[in-house]
Order: sequence, then C-alpha cells, then structure tokens
Amino acid sequence: MRVSNADKSAFPAWAACCALAAASLAGPAHAADEGKRFGFGTPATEEQIAGWNIDIGPDGENLPPGSGTVAQGKQIYESACMACHGAKGEGGMGDRLVGGMGTLTSDKPVKTIGSFWPYATTLFDYIRRAMPLMAPQSLSNDEVYAVTGYLLHLNGIVKEDATLDAQTLREIRMPNRDGFVDDARPDVKHPACMKDCPGAL
Amino acid sequence: MRHAPAPGPADHRQDDDTAIAPAGRDEAEPDRRRFLRRSGALVGAAAAATATGALAQQASAPAAEGSALPPNVPPWMKVQGAPTGGELYGKPSAFEKHVVRHLRPTDKQYFSSSTRTPLQELDGIITPNGLFYERHHGGVPAIDPAQHRLMIHGLVERPLIFTMDELRRFPSETHIYFLECSGNPGFNVYGKTAAEANGLVSCAEWTGVPLKTVLREVGLKPEAKWVVAEGADAAAMTRSVPIEKCLDDALLVYSQNGERLRPEQGYPLRLLLPGYEGNMSIKWLRRLHVTDKPYYTREETSKYTDLMPDGRARKFSFYMEAKSIITAPSGGQKLMGKGFYEIRGIAWSGHGKITKVDVSVDGGRNWQEATLQEPVLTRAITRFRLPWEWDGTPTVIVSRATDETGYVQPTLEELIEARGKNSFYHNNAMTPWRIAETGEVTNARL
Repeated sequence: MRVSNADKSAFPAWAACCALAAASLAGPAHAADEGKRFGFGTPATEEQIAGWNIDIGPDGENLPPGSGTVAQGKQIYESACMACHGAKGEGGMGDRLVGGMGTLTSDKPVKTIGSFWPYATTLFDYIRRAMPLMAPQSLSNDEVYAVTGYLLHLNGIVKEDATLDAQTLREIRMPNRDGFVDDARPDVKHPACMKDCPGAL
Repeated sequence: MRHAPAPGPADHRQDDDTAIAPAGRDEAEPDRRRFLRRSGALVGAAAAATATGALAQQASAPAAEGSALPPNVPPWMKVQGAPTGGELYGKPSAFEKHVVRHLRPTDKQYFSSSTRTPLQELDGIITPNGLFYERHHGGVPAIDPAQHRLMIHGLVERPLIFTMDELRRFPSETHIYFLECSGNPGFNVYGKTAAEANGLVSCAEWTGVPLKTVLREVGLKPEAKWVVAEGADAAAMTRSVPIEKCLDDALLVYSQNGERLRPEQGYPLRLLLPGYEGNMSIKWLRRLHVTDKPYYTREETSKYTDLMPDGRARKFSFYMEAKSIITAPSGGQKLMGKGFYEIRGIAWSGHGKITKVDVSVDGGRNWQEATLQEPVLTRAITRFRLPWEWDGTPTVIVSRATDETGYVQPTLEELIEARGKNSFYHNNAMTPWRIAETGEVTNARL
C-alpha cells in the first residue's frame, strides 16, 4: 500500500516546523501559554536552581567565581586525568585532547579541544559536569578553572603563566570558533531508478 | 531460512539441561531432566531448529526413538509443565537465549558505550524493552523515583520542580516512535549481522506528557528559543533543543511499551524528541533550562557534529533521514536452497511517514516496490515485505526507503560524495546483503 503524497503540509517537516516557530515567536507569547494550567509542581527557589544549574553559556553566562592557574591545572591533570588522556593529552582510554591543528581538511582529521572545539566555555562546563570519569562533579570550581587552563595551554591557546577565571575564560576565542555551519541536509538526491539502473551495488 | 550456527549460545543447548527445562518446583522435573539428558542430542537439534524459526526440520526423515517428532508424542505433553507463577516477571523461552543485544567486544571501556538491537531476530514494529538499543555516556544510574525531580527554570514565568507523581497527573499521550543513534552506523563499514551493521535503531510505544503541556505550566517568556535538557547520569548529559520542537511533538516519557521505562532507557523520566538523533532524547531527565540560545555543549560540538571535507562541521544536525534495511534474509543467516522466500525488513524516517520501499534482488540493477504493512506511522518503524523466488544463483539484495517528503534513501557512495568519509554521523545508506550459492548471507560491503 502507499500513503497518500497529497498532503504536503509536512514537507519538508523542518521547514514547516520553522514556519510555525516564526509565527509563534512573532507574537507576545508562545502557543504553550494558551490553554489550561493545572497548578502542579512546586516553585523552585533561587537556591535550588543555583544548586542544580551548572550550564555555562557560550558567552560565559553562569561561569562561577573562582580561578586557577595553568601550573595548578597541570598538577590536577596529572593526578586525575592523565591515566585516561595521556601524559600530555595525547589520548588513551579517553579522547585525545591536544593537537591536530590544521588536520580538519585532511583524510585523517584529528578533532581535539584545540583543533575542533568552538568554545572554551564548553570545556569548563564539560569537565565540571562529567569529569573525571570515575568521580564526576568532584572538582572545585577553582580546580576546574585550573584544568581548563592547562588543557588550553597544552593546545597553545593560553600562556604557561596564565590564570583562568570567568573573565579570562569568556574572552578566549578558540581557533575553530567559525568552523561550524548549519545543517545542509537533505544534501543527497538518489535518482530512485527502477529498471536497468546504472551503478549497481 | 536458517541461521548459521551461532558459536556459544546455540551449542550450550545440547548439554545444559537447565536451558531446556526452566527451573520449576514440580516433582515431575527430575524425570523430565533425566529424559532430556538421555535424548540430549536429538532434543538439542530440535531445539536449535525451533529457536531459529527454521524450516529445516527434516520433515521426511524417520523419527528416531525418543524424538518429539511425528509419529511420536513429544515428551512435554506427558508431564506437567512449569508451575504457574514460576516467573512473576516473564522471560523469553529458554530456546531464545541467542536473541540478545549485540555488545561490541572492542570498546575501550563500557561506561560510554552502546548495545545494538538484534533486528534480524525481530518481527513487527515494536522493539521489546529488553532488546531496545542502548547508548550511555556515563553508565546506567539506579534512580529512586521518589527521589527524582524535574526542575524547569530559566526564561519562564514560574520556575517549578515536579515529582514523578505530579508529572503522571498531567493529561497523557501514547505514541509509537522510532529512536535511532546518529552514529548508526559510522561511515566505516562494520558488522556481519543486521544488528551489528544497523542495530542502533529501535521502536517503541511511548507514554508520557507532552512537553508543551508542562511548559504551559511554567509559562515561557517571549525570548525563550531553546531548552537545554540535562540527564541525572554521571555524564550529566546536556543537549540544546529548539523551542519549536519542544512545542511540537516532544514528550516527557515515563512508560515504554506499557511498562515503566527500563533503567537503560532513562527510568524514571526521559525526554523523547521524535525523528531527532537519539542522543537528544535525554534520559534520566532532571532539568530543563529555558534559554535564548543554544549552549554549545560538548555533545553538540565536540561530538554529534558532522565534519565536511572543507574542514567545517555541520552543527545542530538533528533529524534522522529516511532509511531501511532488510532483516531477512540478512547477514549471518542461510537460505535452505532455492525457492520461495519472503524478503522482510524495516524502514523509518525522522521526517514523517514512509511512503514506499523498493527492493532489488539483483544488486541494485532492477527494483520492485515492496508491500508496506499497516500501521504506517509518522516517525515510526514501518515493516515491508516482498515475495521472492530465489533461483539459487549468487546475488545481492538491498532495500531503499522513500518518505513523505519525497526523499529517497541514498547509497553509501552518494553520501560520501556529498560529505566525504569523515562526517561519521547520520549515515542512512542502504545496506546490501550478498547471498552466496550456498545460501549464506553476508554484508556485501565487507
């Protein structure tokens, strides 16, 4: 059986979706604000939100107070990170973290913090929430600043005597900052030949 | 068709009587076990045939003494079966022990790892919960639902915290949707079976509350454009989701296929974003942070972006495009000589309904339209079938799906032409299977 192709309202689905979005964003309120509210849930206090919200924006939003030096970061890295990521971030059990500059257009691209990551803030966010692997969310904010600084230093992005804090971290511009583009799919058009087709598998 | 003998699980049936006779408390059990041991080899052979749905049951061969085959009466009719209530949470037959998720043996560690659905063993469109594919980034947390909370904050009028009981009080919806990892598979061809080659896709009936219902409760501010979702696992996985998706078909899910989510699928609460790459349907969901921008988290920059030959990477490549795979005959199985076979498979698209599946039995030279099995649902797996007479000559069989946008599933060559070999994610290429003169089926790309 075939499903009717007549209804084009969903084509392409993402375009329809964006059109909807534009419509809803144009108004003063979202569609979700219309309709019934049930009164469920308990108000979240500032303190509760602060305790859980560890998201760091790409502009440095929500970076906490504190600081750490590259030298401190080296010590923390060697005790908490090196076993998986290698003596100098070359990788092992864990991802390679260093190097690979200029390889993204090659046959064997090496995607690291230095060669690929667009935002240094993401490094702070990720280390704080998910690393070290066996003890996530165990590092203090000072320690996370320090390790972030050390990894940026290993990638040649900050100097050896650098101190990282909210201000210095948000000012860093990563080498691959402009290396990301929007999704261009659908990008392949298969001819859907039925008889005597070329290029058989 | 018959599966090639699997090493391990198939073998143990012949000498492990506990695999044949499930532990029970009835007194007939010892007798049955003795019987089974006595006739071990024969029962084992029959068991292997049953387990694989095989048609190779030597129908014309004379029944040996002790055999369950005609004219003999099978032994399981001469004793009471296992007592009622022996398994208060039921399990598959002991003869189905080979039907398990595929775990790659070569991963460096298994906290951030995956298992694949045994597509070649399944019928219908629903993946059983115990066989649903897994992709974890920090292992599987054990969460007490009484201690779990969902916090929604950020650009909202009323930041709120919900208990699981409160979330289940909201009006609920149930939908069937597929979920697929965007690395299913990478661009390096891997896998002898359908599970190994393409098993990071599954489909289930999900029950939960529409996200838009809960967002209405907190009240979105006009500048709300994205929602950062966070899981309560050791990865504290975060992804940025466009507000349009959140107000469309996004669900906060607490049940899967009629029962509460399994721990591997996010118990007690997960986000479900139909048609989007699986990674974004955050499991163990504990927080939704409404923002005016995407947060460029590690999982949407360092990972889950598609590197192009020009060195730039596509970001926010959310949708899974149309795809299909033949699950029978498929890699690791064996045809039992020429004659009739039903070619069976599954198709799905993140952009809506599957409208057509074409199948070629001559390596892509000529194609026929397969029959689609109802129901054909939006962003769900659809079954297709094509009757086929195999003439016994070696060939390659392959399927390609078309969805309601008119998009047609491409070949791997076409994808590589457009994206190079290093984009890794979102490989929705056709999977061709080679059939040898012996009837053995292998991955034609290996």
